[in-house]
Amino acid sequence: MESQEALIRAHNLTKRFGNFTAVDKIDFRIYKGECVGFLGPNGAGKTTTVRMIYCFLPTSEGELDVAGMDVTKHSREVKSLIGVAPQEDNLDPDFSVLKNLIVYARYFDIPKDDALKRAEEQLTFFGMQEKRDAQIDELSTGMKRRLVLARALINKPQILLLDEPTTGLDPQARHLVWNEVRSLRKLGVTIIITTHYMEEAAELCDRVLIIDNGKIIEQGRPSDLVKKHVGEDVLEIENDRGLLETLKKEFSSATFEVVGDRIHVFSTQPHGFFERYVELYKGKNVAIRNANLEDVFLKLTGRKLRD
Amino acid sequence: MIQLKNSPTKFSLPRLTYRVWSVWRRNLDVFMKTIRVNFLPSLLEPILYLVALGFGLGGFVQPIEGAPYVNFIAPALVAISVMYGSFFECTYASFVRMYFQKTFDAIVATPVSVEEVIAGELLWGATRAAANSTIVLVVVGAFGLITSPWFILVPLLSLTGGLMFAALAMCFTAFAPNIDFFNYPSFLLITPMFLLSGTFFPTSSLPPLAEIAAQALPLTHIVNLARGLISGSVEISLVLSVVWIAVATPILFVLSINLMKKRLIR
Repeated sequence: MESQEALIRAHNLTKRFGNFTAVDKIDFRIYKGECVGFLGPNGAGKTTTVRMIYCFLPTSEGELDVAGMDVTKHSREVKSLIGVAPQEDNLDPDFSVLKNLIVYARYFDIPKDDALKRAEEQLTFFGMQEKRDAQIDELSTGMKRRLVLARALINKPQILLLDEPTTGLDPQARHLVWNEVRSLRKLGVTIIITTHYMEEAAELCDRVLIIDNGKIIEQGRPSDLVKKHVGEDVLEIENDRGLLETLKKEFSSATFEVVGDRIHVFSTQPHGFFERYVELYKGKNVAIRNANLEDVFLKLTGRKLRD
Repeated sequence: MIQLKNSPTKFSLPRLTYRVWSVWRRNLDVFMKTIRVNFLPSLLEPILYLVALGFGLGGFVQPIEGAPYVNFIAPALVAISVMYGSFFECTYASFVRMYFQKTFDAIVATPVSVEEVIAGELLWGATRAAANSTIVLVVVGAFGLITSPWFILVPLLSLTGGLMFAALAMCFTAFAPNIDFFNYPSFLLITPMFLLSGTFFPTSSLPPLAEIAAQALPLTHIVNLARGLISGSVEISLVLSVVWIAVATPILFVLSINLMKKRLIR
């Protein structure tokens, strides 16, 4: 990938609101065809970064290029290459489902006949043909999210920006959106997803950038990050007096975390390392599970790990 | 009130393209959906005013400048509909689109710029004013109160005057923290203008200082021109009103777009 030309390139990118620095001198590159996740707690700066990419917010400092064009000088051209599915639904409540797509196409100068054709295609792709004449307030949350996605695709964008695409959805709707994102990836669309659902990032993203306090604190493939920071397995045991001390002696190279009444033991040892301890600590609600991106995320951004 | 000084934008002349019309067109499409309901108030209100004030109250009033009272207020009703049409469109209605529906946010993610969104809203406000006042003009005509062929220029006056009031309204929208805020300009500016701009009695019957103050009200000039065009007294004194509108409209247009940019671009 590194040999390829970057489609989005940020250097020293900074955004300040008054005295508050929301994005603090970040550097990143997004390559053609990638699906990249921006992960971070609320207020980390991920949405602000995305909003600078689609020229919604002006940058305060640094460089930001999309397809070789400076966002501050060529915002119109940049915006015509991008499809945006924003965090809060801003569908037009004054229009039906179909009319929402057609009116949106008009903002991109798409001729009327072509707009209707594309709108029909999107409704078919998202399985929403039956709802074409429905008003927006008649749609479920999941339907609205998918219409926002359909609208974001109306200009056949090279880059798709999905800002928390599944927040507030039930599992059925979430999986439907995931499937749709996967099909778009196959079509070669470059995708950026902001999310704080680690499962979502691990499912969909080739690469993730973990952002906290306006800085990128780690990046890489989800599986690599899991291996690097939390190993393969996690041992979970019910906490008990003195147990943490005993475990620390037992696993000298492991890291520990106390979460409520449970101890999490992370080890970089190979898979299967914890097997024999299940028998040993029987009766303490012991369990082994796969380490995941959420463990990495919490280790890097949140709850302090004890070692 | 919303603080605008934190915005990184600088004052500039708006750079507008044909894309303004896609915003205008969106509002037209919504308007056309409910066209019957939209026209009903514009149709009923002037009839009520003409009957109650013009013919009813007018029976007790001496002719003004040689014309019956109903002929005096008829052009004012056209002018008032210009003010109401555009002012309410670019305060309450624009605020709903901007704040509650996030329509502006959705549009600026496309090649349309913030400046073009606001310009489209202003042109739409002017269009609403022209549509409303044309209906009032038809009502006035039906009552036989049009006495000059110059009335044909009224739609042009409505569009220009409508743009002026739309831009004035948008300046308030830029500062509005919530929708109730618009009660202030409605009661402190619009209602006094409705009553004191030479609408229901000539400004010359005001005390001298108040008469001068009335000349500073934008509606006064639209009323003057509407009266000239509809009642046939097209005279040199109207040039002042034409100049007033021709100067105020572009200033307010550029100002309102800049204030809205400051509100929307953070």
